[in-house]
Formats: sequence, C-alpha cells, structure tokens
Amino acid sequence: MSIIFLPALLTVVLAFYRWDGISDPTFIGFGNFEKLWGDRIFWKALKNNIIWTALFLTFPIAIGLIAASLLMLVRRGRTFFQVVYFLPMIIATVITARIWQGMIYNPQSGIVAMLNRYGYDVRDPLSQTSTALYGVAVADLWHWWGFMAVIFFAAMRQVSQEQIESARIEGANYFQLMRWVMIPAIMPTIALMMVMTVIWSFLVFDFIFIMTQGGPAFTSEVLSTMAYRKAFYELGVGYAAATALVISLFGLTAAFFYIRLQNREEAE
Amino acid sequence: MNLVESRITIIITYALLGIAAFTALFPIALMLLNSLKTTPEIALSPLGMPEVPYWNNYVNAWKGANFTRTFFNSGVLMFMTIALVLSTGSLTAYVLARKKIKSWKIVTVYLLATTTAPIQLFLFPLYFGFAKLGLINNIFAVSIVYCAIFSPFSIMLLRTYFLAVPKELEEAALVDGATSWQVFSKVYLPLVWPGLLTVSLIVGLYTWNEFLIATTFLQGPESRTAVVSYFLLSGQYSRDWGDLMAGAMLVSAPIVILFIFLQRRFIEGITGGSIKG
Repeated sequence: MSIIFLPALLTVVLAFYRWDGISDPTFIGFGNFEKLWGDRIFWKALKNNIIWTALFLTFPIAIGLIAASLLMLVRRGRTFFQVVYFLPMIIATVITARIWQGMIYNPQSGIVAMLNRYGYDVRDPLSQTSTALYGVAVADLWHWWGFMAVIFFAAMRQVSQEQIESARIEGANYFQLMRWVMIPAIMPTIALMMVMTVIWSFLVFDFIFIMTQGGPAFTSEVLSTMAYRKAFYELGVGYAAATALVISLFGLTAAFFYIRLQNREEAE
Repeated sequence: MNLVESRITIIITYALLGIAAFTALFPIALMLLNSLKTTPEIALSPLGMPEVPYWNNYVNAWKGANFTRTFFNSGVLMFMTIALVLSTGSLTAYVLARKKIKSWKIVTVYLLATTTAPIQLFLFPLYFGFAKLGLINNIFAVSIVYCAIFSPFSIMLLRTYFLAVPKELEEAALVDGATSWQVFSKVYLPLVWPGLLTVSLIVGLYTWNEFLIATTFLQGPESRTAVVSYFLLSGQYSRDWGDLMAGAMLVSAPIVILFIFLQRRFIEGITGGSIKG
C-alpha cells in the first residue's frame, strides 16, 4: 500500500512545486497548471489521448464482438482460435513494436518496402506527422483485439442456452440473434470493457514511447509520454506531476462511472 | 449456439476466423522467418524463405543483449515478485474471503483506485525516493514495486478461489482443534492451488514483459532485464533486423512455450475478474 499510496500523495503535492529532482523544490501554487494550460504540446497530447480512446472504444470492441460471435457458431477449433487470437497479447510490447517497425513499416526492408517495389506508394506511417499516431495504434490494436475477443467469447458462453434456442425457434437469423439476444445479454461485460478502455487509453505509454517517442514533432505525443519526458529528460518533475494528475483525473472519472455501473447492477 | 447451421454459414464462419487467425499470426511468422535470414536477404524481401537458416543471428543477439546476464536478472525478478505476491496476496485474499461485506467494499474501491491510477502518478516520487535511498538498480526493490502493482488484481482473483471453498471444511478443522494458521495452510492451500498457479503465471508474464518500471529503475548493465536489454540493443544497431528478430524470438520463446502448454490457465487468469459469472 505504501508503495503506491504515499508516492501518489507526494505527486499531488509536487504538482504545486517547481522541482528539478536535485535541488530544493519551490512552491509555485497553480503555476504548473497555468503553464500546462498555455502549453501547445499539452493540448496536442490531450487531443491524441482522446483520438486514441475513440479508436480503442470502437475497433477492438467491434472486432472482438464479431470474432466472439463467430466462435459461438463453430464447434471445432474454438480452443485453437482462442489461443491464436490471444498469442499477440502475451508478447512483450518492445518486441511487438520492433516487429512492426522492422518487418512491416520499415521502408528499407519491411512490407512497406515490398509494396513500394511493386509500385504502391506507401510510406512508413511512423515517419509522417499526419499518420504516426495511427501507425502506433495499428500495432497496439493488433496485440489487443484478441483479448477482447476472448473476453466477449467467455461472456457469450454464459448466455442461457434456452434463450438462444427459443430465439432460434422463432426464426431469428444470426444478425437478429446478435442484436436482440447476445449483445443485450453481455452488455455488462461490454460496458466494463469500455470503461477500462477509457482508463487504459489515458495510461497508454509503452507503444508510443518505444515506437516514436511521441514524435515526429510531438504529433504522436500523449500525456503519459509527455510527463515521462518532462520528469526524466527535462528535469521538470513538478510539471510532470501536474501532468500525471491530469491523467489521473480522466482515470478517476472513468472509475467513478464504473462504480456507478456496478452499483446499479447490484440494485437490479 | 450449438444448433445446426447451414453448410455455407459454417464455411464462411471458418473463413473469417481463419483470416483473423492469419492476421494474428502474420507478424509473429515474420519474426520467426526473418530471425533466420541475413540482412541482405531481409532487404530483398521480408517474406522470402531463408536459403540456409542463418543461426548466427541468435548468437549475435545473445551476445549483443548480454542475455546470459539479463535473462538471469529477469528470472530472479520474476521469481521474487511471484513469491512476494503469493505470500502476501493469498493471506489477504483468505482474510477478505472470510470477512463481512462492509470492509470488502472499501478494499474494492482501494484496489480499483490502484488499478486505474496511472503509473506516472507514483513513478516520479518513487524514483527520486529510491535514488536517495540508493535503491536504483536493485532488483529486490523493483520486485516490491511490482508486488504492489500486481497485488490488487491477484487478491481479487485469489479471493474467488477462497470463496469457492466450503465453509464447513474450515469449521470441521476448527472443531478438531486446528489453529488459524493450520486451517489456512492445511485446508485452504491444497484446495486453492489452481488459483495460486494462475496468479503465478500472470504475474510472471507481466513481470517478464514489463517495460516502463524496468527501464526506469534498472538502468545499469548488470541489473537490466531481458526486455530492457533488448530495447537498448535495438536502439544501438537498429539496422541489423536479423539479429533483432532473433533476439525477439529468444525473449518471447519462454513465455510462448509456457502459454501454449498452460493456455487455459493463462486465459482464465487474464480474463478472470472482467466477467461476472
């Protein structure tokens, strides 16, 4: 408890100081937050976090739901597909990032290079200011959707067989069954995953730090990479603490909704 | 939905599932394939088969990332973290499973708050505090940090296993004159070991793969973990993709092999808690 709680409190305190990590901290009140408000990169990072959240609220959840519902249709190979879909999830981020950078996006030796040779004009998305964030998001998405699929599949298997059968007898096709039986039945799980997605999206660090360091020209910067850079490369620990507080604010808001969601369920 | 589907539906379903599986496996296959090719071969085409398997990549990667040392570090860190999480987590879970709902609510909120709080929130003071105490590059200190981070979810998961043990067993043991400790160690532990195994696997996986804390707290060449060392290797010689893919294979191999053998436990552990049963 003390490992997390005490430093977290210290961070809250530090957010009101100017500190380089070495000399004595100076109290500056809301100075760090005022500076954040006027910081162009902060707004860029916040916008990127919001884009990231939107991307991960839609694609992995949609793909996960489709894959899970398809798995429900088959009898053989369920375990095999689950294991395969889950495999990317257990590989270290550093490795996933390097595979995408070196084998796929690389303009000298990756799939991108191969497409160039066949005459398709594709570029390394990580080197372009307009696409860097999306380039990283695709790699993260690749490792992430299988997790959603496995979770939704586990939830769908708990839907009562009778409900499904009666819908079938009434002549519901696959899409109707999904729309009116399966999705409503697993809604609590979907809602929980959406709340967690919001939290995780504001925490995203590894993929961006490893693949682009927030570049080029801060176009893929998110709040967590910005805070890390400020604290360890630019010796602005107080400023970084203020940024971390802003991240926590989003996380806490999402957590608040999560608790409300749970309470409502328990009341039902 | 174990109802009879038309043949066409089944074929389309398998085709779609197959495409998804291909997407999941394609980058992994690229890693495997190119780990056995020389740099000119990779530049020629990432999809081509290696003429002769070029095992030298593995030797280079092993030396370049100093895996003899860093694998050892990762292993020590992993076992220390698992031991810490299991010893503190199982006791806490046992107490929580046998307590009244009221305190459970508060603990849940705390556990939830710690899982949703960003690592950055406690990272900076922790780093400078550790630096003052001379704990940077100390593997044991980092395993305590991991224990603090992984405990909440481990406790939640273990609690469900403890709850599944019938209360009568505990009562019977108490009637026979067993102490609390004996009840815990002789009655519960033998019954909840699947839960302990699941938690060990997940904590082991996360510890092995963890990057942010490892790269911040373990910077010295003698205390780096395999993942951090691989990260630095790929920064240094970012052109030699054959070596890098071989290194990637080496770092992921232990995890992937373990996952394939114990996939049910892994999936159960990682998805557990997210689904209400």
